[in-house]
Amino acid sequence: MTSIAKPQIRHPGLQTNALGLTRRDYEGSMSTLCAGCGHDSVTAAIVQAFWELDIPPHRVAKLSGIGCSSKTPTYFLGQAHGFNSVHGRMPSIVSGANAANRDLVYIGVSGDGDSLSIGLGQLCHAIRRNVQMLYVLENNGVYGLTKGQFSASADVGSRAKRGEVNAQRPIDPVLLALTLGATFVARGFSGDKAQLVPILKAGLVHRGFALVDVVSPCVTFNDHEGSTKSYRSTRERHHELASVDFVPLRHEITAPPSEGATTVRMHDGSVVRFRKVDADYDPTDPDAAYAHVRASLERGEVATGLLYVESGLPEMHDLANTVEKPLVDLSFEQLCPGSAALEELQRDWR
Amino acid sequence: MLHTDLAPAGAGAVSPELAPLTAVPLRVNDFAFKMGTVNGTGSASANSLLMQALFRMGIPVCGKNVFPSNIQGLPTWYEIRVSREGYLARTPHFDLVVALNPATYARDVAEVEPGGYLLYDSSWPLDPALHRDDIRFLGVPMGQMCVERFERPRDRVLMKNIVYVGALAALLDIDTEVIRQIQEERFGHKPRLLDANFLAIQLGVDFARAHFPCPLPIRVQAMDANRDHVLLDGNTAAALGCLYAGATVGAWYPITPATSLMDAFAGFCQRFRVDPETGRNRYAILQAEDELAAAGMAIGAGWMGARAFTNTAGPGISLMSEFLGLAYYAEIPAVIFDIQRCGPSTGMPTRTQQADLLSIAYASHGDTKHIALFPANPEECFHFAVRAFDLAERFQTPVFVASDLDIGMNDWLCRRLEWDDAYRPDRGKVLGAEQLERLEKFHRYLDLDGDGIAARTLPGTHPKGAFFTRGSGHNKFGGYTESSAEYAEVMERLARKLEGAALAVPAALAERAEGAELGIVTLGGCDAAVREAVDRLRATGIPLDYLRVRGFPFGPEVRAFLEAHPRCFVVEQNRDAQLRSLLVLETGICPERLLSILDFGGLPLSAERVVRDVQNHLAGASA
Repeated sequence: MTSIAKPQIRHPGLQTNALGLTRRDYEGSMSTLCAGCGHDSVTAAIVQAFWELDIPPHRVAKLSGIGCSSKTPTYFLGQAHGFNSVHGRMPSIVSGANAANRDLVYIGVSGDGDSLSIGLGQLCHAIRRNVQMLYVLENNGVYGLTKGQFSASADVGSRAKRGEVNAQRPIDPVLLALTLGATFVARGFSGDKAQLVPILKAGLVHRGFALVDVVSPCVTFNDHEGSTKSYRSTRERHHELASVDFVPLRHEITAPPSEGATTVRMHDGSVVRFRKVDADYDPTDPDAAYAHVRASLERGEVATGLLYVESGLPEMHDLANTVEKPLVDLSFEQLCPGSAALEELQRDWR
Repeated sequence: MLHTDLAPAGAGAVSPELAPLTAVPLRVNDFAFKMGTVNGTGSASANSLLMQALFRMGIPVCGKNVFPSNIQGLPTWYEIRVSREGYLARTPHFDLVVALNPATYARDVAEVEPGGYLLYDSSWPLDPALHRDDIRFLGVPMGQMCVERFERPRDRVLMKNIVYVGALAALLDIDTEVIRQIQEERFGHKPRLLDANFLAIQLGVDFARAHFPCPLPIRVQAMDANRDHVLLDGNTAAALGCLYAGATVGAWYPITPATSLMDAFAGFCQRFRVDPETGRNRYAILQAEDELAAAGMAIGAGWMGARAFTNTAGPGISLMSEFLGLAYYAEIPAVIFDIQRCGPSTGMPTRTQQADLLSIAYASHGDTKHIALFPANPEECFHFAVRAFDLAERFQTPVFVASDLDIGMNDWLCRRLEWDDAYRPDRGKVLGAEQLERLEKFHRYLDLDGDGIAARTLPGTHPKGAFFTRGSGHNKFGGYTESSAEYAEVMERLARKLEGAALAVPAALAERAEGAELGIVTLGGCDAAVREAVDRLRATGIPLDYLRVRGFPFGPEVRAFLEAHPRCFVVEQNRDAQLRSLLVLETGICPERLLSILDFGGLPLSAERVVRDVQNHLAGASA
């Protein structure tokens, strides 16, 4: 993907985080996406989330598949190792990388073509494996790099720029993830950074696989009248089910919980606090979440928010019972049994 | 079914035991026999008992399991060859066949060499139509004896197999004390099972001694040839190599005949890689959703700095191709064990072949070339596994270990494995935090040493070490490019890197013969048969120089050998002469100088086949 280095100009008054880093330190190269692309807003939200969480950029691994969305890891966290892999296969790369080094923070950025068509199987199995990562699905309903074909998330009746109308039912990543038993499922809108940042932060500290579907309009191929993934259509149909406050571990919770609020304590001690917009929505009940999201889709709404979270379930390393120390940090002496053990083994083979 | 019209027990027209014996020459420790049974009925344990007993008697022995792609109910054979001269290739000539599967009686009878023996379950008479005058039929009422002597239905089925071991022990003079000892080791903790096994052996021994002239002229005699050997299959050996190389991440998708490699790795890890204090694992085995994901996991772990591998067979290689191109181009180490089986497509999953050579060598679209190692036996599976991890990290690229079903799944007489405790992994050029701190700026693909290999960094090490790994066009600094010159510069360096690898892979082994003008070239599991053929041909006045290729890209010794011989036979187990194609492509040798000997039916190669084809070639050339 093309990228352009940003000029290093620093305003002396830039705010720093606990590591003494400014937001600029969490940026990457200049975006080469179309002006107004929703993905650039998501990139900005990602930058903000990492900065606010005080995560050292070089302790992050950022990965992606292929497509417009998969270009974006170049545009954030320039000091993090990046991996732009092959189409739809980023989850397996993350699984292997995380198996080898569980101490890094993993973020994967993907799109609707990458995740819901060519890589649908990999997405499903990453959920099933509950590999610890934040998985951001930048969802615009079209294949941008190949100039505007419908993707698997295109809604029935949505009209393409060239006029054809989509007739196939969409795969909704939120319903899919809930069906598969995902432990963290959220949906945001690239046009609502205030809502998205706390969701991303909660996803980053979640122990396990955190799926964040972000409706992120394609200004070039899917932002016209008749498209259901345009800015206008999304703004009109964007319906927040549960708004989220993310309270990091070290911050004391001072404000009293508002009426009807739900709090979920994350693995690291951080707290996610839901302020319910829909009075009867319960983000800790998977069946209710599924029914609610499905009903809102049927009504033509785009249900957003942190829609479901379940803390405390085993993630990939718990399931594999691996040691606390990253496997890459084990010494050779801890791995190789040596010649005496080989002698002993071979006594059984005679 | 063949035998719906069988006469009731005892009324058979054939009385094979009573047939007059003709003079058969004495053959000690030089014959082959096989057992034809139904899969899933317990014969595997009996056959391994025979193998182990012969092995412990110090006799060179080779066992080949010819099994169906099925769990229960289909024909399966186990072939055993003893060879005092130490020839361990399969032979298609059987001096004795144990026929326990009525569905294959006709074939089993037909496959006995003239003058040989058919041992069968005479609880029911044999179809008279199967009679042959030139072999002897040895009927042992195994089923009947088991029904009479064992209570449990399961024992009645399973112990039939042990009864034939007993009968064979008497007929072939296998040391029953050795058999008893193995049984004690296997079943000592289960007294009831041990007693049943002892009894079954005794039933077979007693019946054979009472009814046949034991031992037969084909017989064994204790030797001392196996002192420094073990019985080992290649997949277990390769798994052990992964353990000893320090591999921590194994990713895979179940597939015959590669599955037992990961099973063995898991077993070794449970024994040697569990933290004694916490009970937690110093390894991760990821069973992926498919081979694509398995390859992705190995590459992801390799990118992160772990020694990671995946084990698969041909269909998996096809699926992994896309990722292999990524790992080649983005320069990420990974080790892939390809336990080759018969293709194309599903092919014959339980038969052996060497038909993935071309797809391995140049796997994936675009210009690629991959390092591959070709072990010929389990000992090499062990050492080449370790070597593969070193090469993968040194050259920052996928490395294949191309084994096959025969090497991987059969028990081989194998030299005792040795391990040098001084070994330390070759991690290649990896910059640590201190080195990065001193650098002004790190560029991922700069060839600073002129060997085509650029230093890499591992994620999480240092802020200066970050770079963007990508399968898209990149320049030597690691940046995205669409510039022809920048792209070509990296591609040319990759080609240079692989040229260097040709000098680092295990060198081809050459053995010269006095007066030889012609050469014979092979690789992998064909070694045993070709060596034996070379010996036999020499005895008939056809000396051949022998070359066994062990790595790809080919080292200079391969080209030198080919150029030194006006004609070389190239022996391999595929239809399309893939090794020959690789030799022509990579060395530029004139194709007419390479004469193919191809055996691709799925069974391990025999020396007979090689001898015959060489002789035919030469006869054709002189005609």
